[in-house]
Amino acid sequence: MIQAALEAVGVLLALAPAAIALSLHARGSAIVYGASLVVTALLSAIALVALLDPAHPVTAIVLPIGLPWLGAHFRIDALSAFFLVVVNFGGVAASLYALGYGRHEVAPGRVLPFYPAYLAAMNIVVLADDAFSFLVAWEFMSLTSWALVVSNHKDPENLRAGYVYLLMASFGTLVLLLAFGVLAGGTGAYDFAAIRAAHETRAVAGAVLLLALVGAGSKAGLVPLHAWLPLAHPAAPSHVSGLMSGVMTKVATYGFVRIVFDLLGAPEWWWSMVLLAIGGPTATLGVLYALMQRDIKRVLAYSTIENIGIIFTGLGLALAFKAEGSDFIAALAFTAALLHVLNHAVFKSLLFFGAGAVLTATGERDMEKLGGLIHRMPQTAFVMLIGCIAISALPPFNGFVSEWLTFQAILLSPHLPSWGLKLIVPAVGGLLALAAALAAACFVKAFGISFLGRPRTAEAAQANEVDGFSLAAMMLLAALCLIGGVLPGLLIDALAPVANAMVGNSMPHQSSVPWFTIVPIAESRSSYDGLLVFAFMLLSGSIASVAIHRLASDRVRRAPAWDCGFPDASPAIQYTASSFSQPIRRVFGTLVFGAREIGEMPPPGSAATARLTVVMHDLIWEGLYAPIAKIIGYATLRINVLQFLTIRRYLTLVFVALVLLLVVLSL
Amino acid sequence: MHGLEFDIAHMLAGSLVLASFMMLYQDRLYALLNVYALHATVLALSVAWQAFVQHAPHLYVTAAIALIFKAIIIPVSLHRIIVRLGIHREIETAVGVGLTMIAGIGLVALSMVVMLRVTPGADALAREDLAFALSVVLLGLLIMVTRRNAVSQVVGFMSLENGLVLAATGAKGMPLVVEISVAFSVLIAFIVIGIFLFRIRERFDSVDIQALDRFRGERR
Amino acid sequence: MILVRDLIVQGAQMFLVLALAPLLTGVVRKLKAYLLRRQGPPLLQPYRDLLRLLRKEVVLAENASWLFRVIPYVIFAVTWVAAALVPTFGNGLLFSWSADLIAIIALLGSARFALALAGMDVGTAFGGIGSSREVMIASLAEPAILITVFAVAMIAGSTQLSTVAEFMGSSAVGLRVSLGLALFALVIVAIAENARIPVDNPATHLELTMVHEAMVLEYSGRHLALIDLSAELKLLLYISLIACMFLPWGTAEQGAGLAALAIGAIAYVLKLALCACLLAVFETSIAKMRVFRIPEFLGAALMLALLATLLRFVSGSL
Repeated sequence: MIQAALEAVGVLLALAPAAIALSLHARGSAIVYGASLVVTALLSAIALVALLDPAHPVTAIVLPIGLPWLGAHFRIDALSAFFLVVVNFGGVAASLYALGYGRHEVAPGRVLPFYPAYLAAMNIVVLADDAFSFLVAWEFMSLTSWALVVSNHKDPENLRAGYVYLLMASFGTLVLLLAFGVLAGGTGAYDFAAIRAAHETRAVAGAVLLLALVGAGSKAGLVPLHAWLPLAHPAAPSHVSGLMSGVMTKVATYGFVRIVFDLLGAPEWWWSMVLLAIGGPTATLGVLYALMQRDIKRVLAYSTIENIGIIFTGLGLALAFKAEGSDFIAALAFTAALLHVLNHAVFKSLLFFGAGAVLTATGERDMEKLGGLIHRMPQTAFVMLIGCIAISALPPFNGFVSEWLTFQAILLSPHLPSWGLKLIVPAVGGLLALAAALAAACFVKAFGISFLGRPRTAEAAQANEVDGFSLAAMMLLAALCLIGGVLPGLLIDALAPVANAMVGNSMPHQSSVPWFTIVPIAESRSSYDGLLVFAFMLLSGSIASVAIHRLASDRVRRAPAWDCGFPDASPAIQYTASSFSQPIRRVFGTLVFGAREIGEMPPPGSAATARLTVVMHDLIWEGLYAPIAKIIGYATLRINVLQFLTIRRYLTLVFVALVLLLVVLSL
Repeated sequence: MHGLEFDIAHMLAGSLVLASFMMLYQDRLYALLNVYALHATVLALSVAWQAFVQHAPHLYVTAAIALIFKAIIIPVSLHRIIVRLGIHREIETAVGVGLTMIAGIGLVALSMVVMLRVTPGADALAREDLAFALSVVLLGLLIMVTRRNAVSQVVGFMSLENGLVLAATGAKGMPLVVEISVAFSVLIAFIVIGIFLFRIRERFDSVDIQALDRFRGERR
Repeated sequence: MILVRDLIVQGAQMFLVLALAPLLTGVVRKLKAYLLRRQGPPLLQPYRDLLRLLRKEVVLAENASWLFRVIPYVIFAVTWVAAALVPTFGNGLLFSWSADLIAIIALLGSARFALALAGMDVGTAFGGIGSSREVMIASLAEPAILITVFAVAMIAGSTQLSTVAEFMGSSAVGLRVSLGLALFALVIVAIAENARIPVDNPATHLELTMVHEAMVLEYSGRHLALIDLSAELKLLLYISLIACMFLPWGTAEQGAGLAALAIGAIAYVLKLALCACLLAVFETSIAKMRVFRIPEFLGAALMLALLATLLRFVSGSL
């Protein structure tokens, strides 16, 4: 099993240099993406077999590469099998999409070599079973994705995005290095089996938790370490954006789960408080930022931050219950979090691919230059609609199921003994409910402004539907959204071995409940039957439609829209993205962003135009990143003096260092 | 547990907290006075119920004082004062309504945590009533702190005093002497503040505290 | 035999809610008119309005898409399914386990999502106003009702509506502070969600005062009939929800006989009448709020619900 997986990853790695040559070829991109598609499909099949095999085998291997005394350990167990499914399924979808999208790439030589390498790196991170391979693969993942972010180098915004991304990624890797170093301790045993067997003190374990949260969390996009995500994810080509948001953030989540749930052993109760205190605000802030954006891809990037907040809240609840000893409820919260990992990967990729389709068709990412695309690009509009409904956590799609399970876990939290948790969990529950409602608002805006209404520019009016491969990838993901919402019991059962391995228990077997219902705890407590609800909805809608068309009237007449007496209104009178979110900006934005609307009215009698300016402050950037950047800039300016000393001064420095070392030795 | 008596006592105490939240929400002076009258009425009901449950007839007098004095006489008098002074009827809040409400919830959570942790051995009914009473006190302080108008600050002070009465009756019962002295101190405070209001009105033409600060030389 | 009987009872509930919804709206309008010393429209007028609209030709804007034509059916289907799942005359109906309270709220959220999209489809400014205000109201109303559901579910030990209704009807529940706060919050949310005064005026067509009417401005004929019916169903749903949670007396138990079901039906009609009276009195005695006062109103509901949940977390007897 593991050998097959590693061989497939090896093929991907070999594809990377080959792609350099292939990028000059006319059909080169098709070959590269097609090969990636086949290999990732193979890898997902391997991972699915490993996950669903009732014997739950754990296969491991040690290769003689890397550090000579350590080797490179690789392993497939339940957790890595699940995340391999997520990674490779995202890879399949992205490669299928890119078969069509990649044809429009301006400089394929800058994208093609790094794409299979990126997929390979993500796979190796999940497969790694020692700290060295993990970190090397993690850094490789960051570097290849950086190369993909700056592939469109003509735009200075992309270069800045790449710069910030590189800084944050290096910072994250450094912190993870520290975490693994602390875990390995004095023995220097870096392989995960040894770390698992070792017992750390409580203080050390707490330190590792915080380091892992910062390191992995910055890659996943937790507030306040999220600032790179809305810059970098939109800058990359759309299939890569889908991979970065849908899959790479999940690889970061995998890293966190591996360290905290697997390697650290029994948790303390306050660990969950840290996770909840970060996860809740991340969810709400992410979606509030998303509501203020005009760029579709930036909306999707901020929405990723929101969903990562939801996932980490679920993980926090799982830790709380595990620490208290109720591993049954911990399994519920953990399964909810992992189910959201899978669901988010599916619908976020779908949404990014749709945004890419719009970008290809119109050349615009700004929603306020789009509109009316439902008429020009009907299939894309249909699948984007499904993606928007799914991400707003509405039945009958899959987003609702994971939110529902998270809420069920929150409802069981009054049993937790700690006072801090008793106060923080209802607050976090409120924040999650708020985030869900705001997400629905955000995606009504995103879909409504881009696809509905009338075209606001000529590009939008002349858009054409995209090619078959892109549509096929998007339809596949949309179908998965529906299946995940209608048959969630199958997914929950597939996650049972992962929950068993990580928290020691799993949810009740869902496939044995009749009518495909899911029962998270007990039948009398709560249950949800997605299939039946969907069937009822279809049935009632059809009955109403048929009855009305037969018995009442089915005539339609087209006429101009109601214009209140002002004919020939231009498309500019429609609501723009900023005006749509103005009420929410006024309610929430004045507090969170310091949003102010400044109106400059010309004096009476003047024919000059009035001007309305909306001023918003990104408080996290101004409060955290800008001061740190200033301090570092100041410090480096001071230290820069060292570059321009005379020879005598350099000799003095060497002399002083030598004397100091001798003094230390003598002590 | 104790059944219906327990629950009704809790309901009344909870209604007092709800009335304090309603006072936080008001932005017009007359509405604030009406809600304060409601606050005092609920207090009277709560004290009367405690008198019934604890079989302490002197508490009925306390309830009557609360009803007549605080629910009827004081709001009507303040209403008259406002009309005579022609005070600006909007209450300028220092912080927005949303943030004030969130702070209110935080204060209720704090008082719950404090009371329920500090008194582990006592009777459950008394502990939770005390927690509600502390919430009312803290919310009264919050009203005083987040308003700019002197009259609304006086109302906040009086709701704080209501919370103290709730605590005293809920815990054990209070001798009537203490209640009379408390009522007198409120009366005196009322008269003093009224005199000040007249003086301020004559000199500075407003009871807006910000205007006062400007004249005292303090910039806000 | 039992299965057939249960199916009939469930089907009866589905058709009962559909039949009673316009009557409820008619009663509220009539009562409001009487309170304003007018005669008001006849009680059965909403039925006549629906029939009239159903027979009329649909006038579609030139650039309305297929989504615009499908949405009324979607909204009706979703609202009807949600309304059929709320216990009215009896608990524990055949399909009541397929969706719990959270799922019912999410179904109403789907209906609202669809309606907001419909408002944006034609590309005029009116629809934009309606949709943007609707999502602002929803962004506060939905968390408020979700957190209220949390509070109630923590008291009743379940989110399944039948279990909650049975628990509330039993003697195990006392007068709890958190239930009182939850009732307050639920009533405020119900007013906001059903576009009633003081949040929105259901009788106006002026764009500056409307939220719901602005989104459906372009609809006509059978589409408008379906949307009106869905709005009436939603009002019935919320009143049934409040009734089954806070006025649980008279509801038939699970699997009860015909007599108990009949008593339950009579009790249900009485509860509807009572809530209709209260709604009419409340709407007549208060004025509509300006739009940006609504977030403060709903924020108060959210805070009350949060307080109720907090009290549940903190103490078992609160």
